[in-house]
Amino acid sequence: MAGSGWTDRRPMSPHLQAWRWHATMYGSIFHRVTGVGLYGGAFLIAAWVVALASGPATYAVVEALMHSWPGQLLLFLWTMAVLYHLANGLRHLIWDGPMVGFSPRIASAWSFLNFAFAVLGAAAIWSLATLV
Amino acid sequence: MVELTLPRNSKIAKGKVWPKPEGASKPKAFKVYRYSPEEGGQPRWDTYWVDTDKCGPMVLDVLFYIKNKIDPTLAFRRSCREGVCGSCAMNIGGNNTIACTKGWAEVAGPSITIAPLPHLPVVKDLIPDLTNFYAQHAYVQPYLKTDTPEPEKEWSQSPEDRADLDGLYECILCASCSTSCPSYWWNGDKYLGPAALLQAYRWLIDSRDEATGERLDDLEDPFKLYRCHTIMNCAQVCPKGLNPAKAIAKIKHMMVERVV
Repeated sequence: MAGSGWTDRRPMSPHLQAWRWHATMYGSIFHRVTGVGLYGGAFLIAAWVVALASGPATYAVVEALMHSWPGQLLLFLWTMAVLYHLANGLRHLIWDGPMVGFSPRIASAWSFLNFAFAVLGAAAIWSLATLV
Repeated sequence: MVELTLPRNSKIAKGKVWPKPEGASKPKAFKVYRYSPEEGGQPRWDTYWVDTDKCGPMVLDVLFYIKNKIDPTLAFRRSCREGVCGSCAMNIGGNNTIACTKGWAEVAGPSITIAPLPHLPVVKDLIPDLTNFYAQHAYVQPYLKTDTPEPEKEWSQSPEDRADLDGLYECILCASCSTSCPSYWWNGDKYLGPAALLQAYRWLIDSRDEATGERLDDLEDPFKLYRCHTIMNCAQVCPKGLNPAKAIAKIKHMMVERVV
């Protein structure tokens, strides 16, 4: 896909190749990445519900998949994705509604906070789940 | 359109490493983007060693050191050297800013990269083509528009209404913000970009202006305004400390307010 749309004889100046990322830039792209991930998660829930309705044999297959280590890893990543998307979605509401949190330092700190919320929140949920 | 890599004619080759100045007590390396339309070929990264004891504090001083003492072929824009004209905007150490107010000591790392403003056609070395950027500025009609007959003296404005323009009128049109924005990189032909939108807001909220409705109409489509995804690079890099992202949020608010 490199440069297919670039018809200029002159070179295009470097962008991602030269850029030093800010926390807010990570925050933005991860909102999109987790959003895409949640689509996958929605299919997973659908598969789970369908299997539940289809009887014990089918359900056992899905349950085995979810209990396998790749399944567990996916579920853990999905938990993080849900929490990150939720936290950052709320931030978008606050940006668009009361329009606060735009100063670069606050916005950067807030991005870190959202990431921390996702990681720690997922860890907390999973430790509770293993306790039960 | 999103293209994460550079086009074929824009891949950057390893360039020349110029010799260290003799007897330099504190040499520092600067990796500078070079492209010459006369020579053609691929752009390249040239490395220059600058004797920082014999150089001023700003990145613009470094560029002058290189041009005067090492390589007179280096091309860059500059004029006021005090952060007012916006000519020397470029990418320094990975972020856009103006070279005249950026101290090289502020940039971390053993060597500092200096490149033209991102994702633009390069005229030569550190000089990008800003034609589209200026056309977008012209599109928002950055001047007072009125229907009422002109007053005998000036259009008056209360101190409070004048204060609304603080944080907006200071923009020097250096293009650091617009060319920092990934949304502008991928859709710069349709999205107006943070600089033009900050200017648009500056006239939208000017108490003397009477074309608010038309101005909002001119921004109402899926791309011109709404391609802002609050990535915030604009506010992060603005050398004047302005906040285009916030101005854009306020325009979006005005769009909602006039229909609700």
